[in-house]
Amino acid sequence: MEYHFDIPVDVEDIKKLHIGDIVYVSGTVFTARDAAHHLMLEQNKIDIPFDPSIMALYHCGPLMKKNKDGWKVISAGPTTSGRMEIFEDKFIEKYGINLIIGKGDMGERTRKTLQKHSGVYMSYTGGAGALAADSIQEVRAVYWLEELGMAEAIWIFVVKEFGPLVVAIDSYGESIYRELKKNENILLSKG
Amino acid sequence: MDYGSIVGGIVQLIKKAEIELPSDVVKALKNAYDIEEGIAKIQIENILKNIDVAKKTMRPMCQDTGVQTFFVKIGVDYLYVGRLKKQITDAVKIATEQVPLRPNTFDPFTHKNHKDNTGDYIPAITWDFVDGSDVIITAIPKGGGSENMSKLVMLKPGVGIEGVKDFVVEEMIKAGGNPCPPTVVGIGIGGGADLAMKLGKTALLRPVGIRHQDKKIALMEEDLIKRINQSGIGPMGLGGKTTVLDVHVEKAPRHPASLPVGLVVQCWADRRANMIIHSDGTWEVE
Repeated sequence: MEYHFDIPVDVEDIKKLHIGDIVYVSGTVFTARDAAHHLMLEQNKIDIPFDPSIMALYHCGPLMKKNKDGWKVISAGPTTSGRMEIFEDKFIEKYGINLIIGKGDMGERTRKTLQKHSGVYMSYTGGAGALAADSIQEVRAVYWLEELGMAEAIWIFVVKEFGPLVVAIDSYGESIYRELKKNENILLSKG
Repeated sequence: MDYGSIVGGIVQLIKKAEIELPSDVVKALKNAYDIEEGIAKIQIENILKNIDVAKKTMRPMCQDTGVQTFFVKIGVDYLYVGRLKKQITDAVKIATEQVPLRPNTFDPFTHKNHKDNTGDYIPAITWDFVDGSDVIITAIPKGGGSENMSKLVMLKPGVGIEGVKDFVVEEMIKAGGNPCPPTVVGIGIGGGADLAMKLGKTALLRPVGIRHQDKKIALMEEDLIKRINQSGIGPMGLGGKTTVLDVHVEKAPRHPASLPVGLVVQCWADRRANMIIHSDGTWEVE
């Protein structure tokens, strides 16, 4: 199935999604990688200058360029989501995240937490940074740029029809990666 | 000999590598598009669209513009060797602003970003000497996601080449979607630990689709391609037929007690570009 949703996406729509579905989203996303996850878990929720619960979390360290009109996105594909696995269960619970966009496998902690709190993890094509940048319509803000640098800072983007995203982990606890691993394990045991 | 002209040429080289994929990689991706279906086909379609957008708009295809990595072959009769390292480093700094490149060099202790993609030992340059008076510089900017899946193992020689193959297949299955498959895999066998890794990276310089001249190594490459693709990991680890675009193996003699294997993983964005500098200071980027 193919869906087009505006962010934030309510529980009813999240529940429509199953692994393998294709989704396009429009609305506000915030980028966060390792350092930003760590920082936001350390901070008091009240001190965070934006509301993560009404945005999608995008695992991305964009390539940006500043000109006289402000920041411009050059290339902004997803980063390897597996690195955030050590933070993600706590992060989802603390900030009420129900949409995560990234690439590559996310593990058991994320899968179970998404199931518990009705969220989904969606994969965008890694390396397709120039194409992804074309879906970003506005750079709304950047936080902790000085402290964390361009790649690790939190960028707030407004996206339009960002996709095709593939639902890789759904709110029912199903995971594309888990399904594939069954086949891989058979191959490994042969080796 | 115009110092600045060569620096300008190296900036062009970096720009070309970041923006335009070599035709052998594009061809392999198009072949993958033809055989894939469903979600896997969508991933390859996105990749091919992205390659077009990057080329048309002159933007880096991936936001991870990598660690600036160069292989340089110096003709022994080239007279200006002493300037080359500084010319490459200066070019990286200029390219960071002009292309632009993401500032990707962090001090491991202070977390301070050098902001210009240079630092101790970076750009990473491998030097070699060849006959003649030309210099050939290959730029191969290396992204972090794929580099993170690289591995070194010191196998027991008794496991033989079959043991090497099992190690590679197992590691590529464990890597799953993380290195942005379909990947290109470089394998270095033999030497010491450092040489095995270097050979693995050097193996990536060979164009996709070209087999090793040594028949038994070529057969090993074909076998590895087949076995890794049987995993079903597919493009971006979402399932499919194409997990690797190619596997390249290079070898050196090994110590009787050692069987080192260096596994170097490159994402589908197998970025490479070449520059030739002639003894009169003229240059071409291809």
